[in-house]
Amino acid sequence: MNFIRETFKSAYQARAYPNYWDLIALLFVLSAIGLFAWAGKQMATPYQLGQVIPISLNPAVLPFYAMRTVVRMLIALVFSFLFTFTFATWAAKDRRAERLIIPIIDVLQSVPILGYLSVTVAGFISLFPGSLLGPECAAIFVIFTSQAWNMALGFYQTVRSVPADINEAAHMFRLSAWQRFWRIDVPFSMPSLLWNTMASMSAGWFFVVASEAITVSNQQILLPGIGSYIAVAVRAADVRAILYAILTMFIVILIYDQLLFRPLVSWAEKFKAEQISTERVAESWVVDLFRHTRWVRLLGRKIIHLFDLFVNIKFFHRRNLRMSVPATEEKVRRWFGVLWMSLAAVLFALLLFFLSRYIRENYSMGMVVEVFALGLITALRVFIMIVLCSLIWVPVGVWVGLRPRAAQLIQPIAQFLAAFPTNLLYPLVVPFILYFHLNPNLWLTPLMILGAQWYILFNVIAGVSALPKDLIQAVDNLGVTGWLRWRKLFLPCIFPYYVTGAMTAAGGAWNASILAEVVSWGQVVLTAKGLGSYITLYTTEGNFPCIALGIGMMCMLVLLFNRVVWRPLYLYAVNRFLLE
Amino acid sequence: MATPIIEVIKVKKSFRTGDRQELVVLQDIDLRVYNGEIIAILGKSGSGKSTLLRIIAGLTKSSGGNVHYRGKPVTSPMPGISMVFQSFALLPWLSVLQNVELGLEAQGIDRALRRERAIKAIDMIGLDGFESALPKELSGGMRQRVGFARALVVNPDVLLMDEPFSALDVLTAENLKSDLLDLWQSKKTGLNAIIFVTHSIEEAITIADRIIVFSSNPGTVRSDLKVSLPYPRNDVDPRFRHQVDRIYTLMTTEPKGDQLKEGKYDALDLGYRLPLATVAEVTGLLELLNAPEHQGRMDLPDVADTLDLDVDDLFPLTELLEILHLATVSEGDLTMTAEGKVFAEADILERKRMFSVQLKKYVPLARYIYDQLIHHPRHRALEENYLSLLEDYLSEEEAERVLSAVIEWGRYAELFAYDYHSGVLSLENPH
Repeated sequence: MNFIRETFKSAYQARAYPNYWDLIALLFVLSAIGLFAWAGKQMATPYQLGQVIPISLNPAVLPFYAMRTVVRMLIALVFSFLFTFTFATWAAKDRRAERLIIPIIDVLQSVPILGYLSVTVAGFISLFPGSLLGPECAAIFVIFTSQAWNMALGFYQTVRSVPADINEAAHMFRLSAWQRFWRIDVPFSMPSLLWNTMASMSAGWFFVVASEAITVSNQQILLPGIGSYIAVAVRAADVRAILYAILTMFIVILIYDQLLFRPLVSWAEKFKAEQISTERVAESWVVDLFRHTRWVRLLGRKIIHLFDLFVNIKFFHRRNLRMSVPATEEKVRRWFGVLWMSLAAVLFALLLFFLSRYIRENYSMGMVVEVFALGLITALRVFIMIVLCSLIWVPVGVWVGLRPRAAQLIQPIAQFLAAFPTNLLYPLVVPFILYFHLNPNLWLTPLMILGAQWYILFNVIAGVSALPKDLIQAVDNLGVTGWLRWRKLFLPCIFPYYVTGAMTAAGGAWNASILAEVVSWGQVVLTAKGLGSYITLYTTEGNFPCIALGIGMMCMLVLLFNRVVWRPLYLYAVNRFLLE
Repeated sequence: MATPIIEVIKVKKSFRTGDRQELVVLQDIDLRVYNGEIIAILGKSGSGKSTLLRIIAGLTKSSGGNVHYRGKPVTSPMPGISMVFQSFALLPWLSVLQNVELGLEAQGIDRALRRERAIKAIDMIGLDGFESALPKELSGGMRQRVGFARALVVNPDVLLMDEPFSALDVLTAENLKSDLLDLWQSKKTGLNAIIFVTHSIEEAITIADRIIVFSSNPGTVRSDLKVSLPYPRNDVDPRFRHQVDRIYTLMTTEPKGDQLKEGKYDALDLGYRLPLATVAEVTGLLELLNAPEHQGRMDLPDVADTLDLDVDDLFPLTELLEILHLATVSEGDLTMTAEGKVFAEADILERKRMFSVQLKKYVPLARYIYDQLIHHPRHRALEENYLSLLEDYLSEEEAERVLSAVIEWGRYAELFAYDYHSGVLSLENPH
């Protein structure tokens, strides 16, 4: 209550300022509320499975479709933040929870994102029978899964790395847990959290487009949005409509990048602990503009004031910072720990039992072997694509990275391209393959890396940019040129960055394989043999056991490659080659 | 005398190391702090003085004994006790004003009052004009002023300071010290006692009324000295110099009982906490001693002055010289031995040879590693073996530091080679 009273009191006091900014803020807030209300109403439209939602190919409605897509994205983002702030914080503060939450997130991260869609859409539809809310939730959930794990893991790591002296100071001045979270944990992790969010949202566009046109049990559900527009355009083989959609997506991402994330990342610079000038300094013309605008500054002050009140809400102001726990409570805690462990053990045993029964009833050895073989084919595709892209982008990245002006220009473009949902481009490839009578097994392969390749490029650029000038000069001074210069200077120094980029690209390629191995145009469907197409085909059919097998296999393969290849490689690279 | 504000009774702190042993950091510490006192806790690094301060602060739990603050047992940070940190510990994303307000915010004090008190504290500590600055815009001295303002704004009864000046340059530190003393004497703050940890003898004498000298391994109170010089204290005053000499002597002689002065480092354990000094420092100090104007003998305060070292850097160095029998310390004087003189006058190869001889003779860990390498069929050994051996005696970080110091000496002496990436020690140099 106090919080509300304080808010109104300060609003009253604010009359002393000129009032025009109030109007603009009001306008802003009202339009945001209006947008969500409109979208909410649209989402809750009555709907029966099998009913066809008309999607118009008229370009004039594209802005509305784009709006629907963006709202889905933002709702998912809100949930991702909620998930991050609760579960990641819990894991960072409680050892017991940590042991459970972190491995689970780690596994969830390796599940192919579209797998979540195949598995959950039926559940969501039955949750909201007769309403479009079910498929909407499924779509939003998919976007959520493409962001939340990454954000939560990043947040968990930064919260745990808050410097010891700052934690001690917080103890010493007896901040409550609530105050500590908002005054220390959140600001400390802000730069990396925003950066992570931006990266996850880039991946999100891919899936938002993919999840709007869902096929369940041979029924296609089309949620109004850019993704559905594309799906309809593909069925109608309408090149012009596809180009319109691509253009719209381009504009949407540009707006989101320039108006939302660049400003946020640039603003978050102020939370960086010390000035480390070697790192990129994010700049944003929007922030520059705002810093010169009076009303925005006043608005900012207002927000800071509200945040202040929020941090100091009396209700959360209990101190629970005791060092020694009373003996009785210690006992209770120990019992609780025992209970917790036994509960986890029982749950584990039950799951194991049901899983093994399910597997025995539904699968034969032959099926598993076949799916495994398909998995290896897709793995081979991913591997070849990573190698090819590395051969192209590593030299280009080094060339660009050595020229700061070029790097400044290329870096944001590469990041932008990584955000662009390349699945919009997939259908355009089909006519070529048909025209030249190419083998889809071979020629569909590059599609999976189309969006992910940029990670390699911009990580290599970042690596070369971080290379100290004097090292290059020293090497040049010794007359080291050509291959020797590459071997002794560039390759070692970009290695940790390259591994990060290649790891991300491989993850992206696995995820994209579900879409990239089956591509259609009009009535033609091209299929490449692999695990991705296996999952897609059975999702269309609605064969649940086969979907589960495919997804489980992909999840295990991704985990396996992460553990056996990427993680050791990454640790080796960081220990050996990362410049301090 | 009146009742003490803070009473430390038989406080003990130990850590488990390895699986059997217990490393005792603090043993039977008794300390009473009375109204109006400034107390310096002085000791070498690793004597547990910072740990004691944190136990008094309620930040670290003791393994035995009690701390009372005005009659109440201290089990968590208490209202009335405030702290200044060596690394300032400011929140980089908050402005100076917001940083100072932090403690008040924790107390749930109203925004308006908070602001008023914070601004007053900022003015008092000489930071006015910097209220809206971020910590990263400020110099070290200014940052520590923010640290002081933040600690004082909550009107503490007792102020704890953990090496508050050691991260600052000399001039800035002097300036801040005298401002702190002025503030203390003007009684503008509600402070009734200050306890601070330092490894600088001069700093302790400049500020404190009482100096608690710690001895290491385990940390115990060696002596409790009164300083009764009038303020402001001048460090060229003969009485000041006399105090400095006295404390140097105190800190370099063993307490009564085990006063085996000759050869006190002759029978070291394998797990002895070897001093962390480098070969370059040893060589440099011996060359200084060997200079004509010193004739192989120097007063320790002089050495500290000449080389601009404080106790934390100087004592490990003199200890290593003593262990290697290249110099001896007695009564606050450092004297070069005959071997030391030969070493100082030798060329590089001869120095290496001598160093290797002394190392094998007097540093059991180096000898042990060397013997094992000789007897191993391929003359190789893993670093981890020695680490886990040391961890039976020392904490994990200390074990690492000691081993890396011995590896550095051994490499210089060409006793053994070491590969960083594989963590393998071997007899021959690779390649």
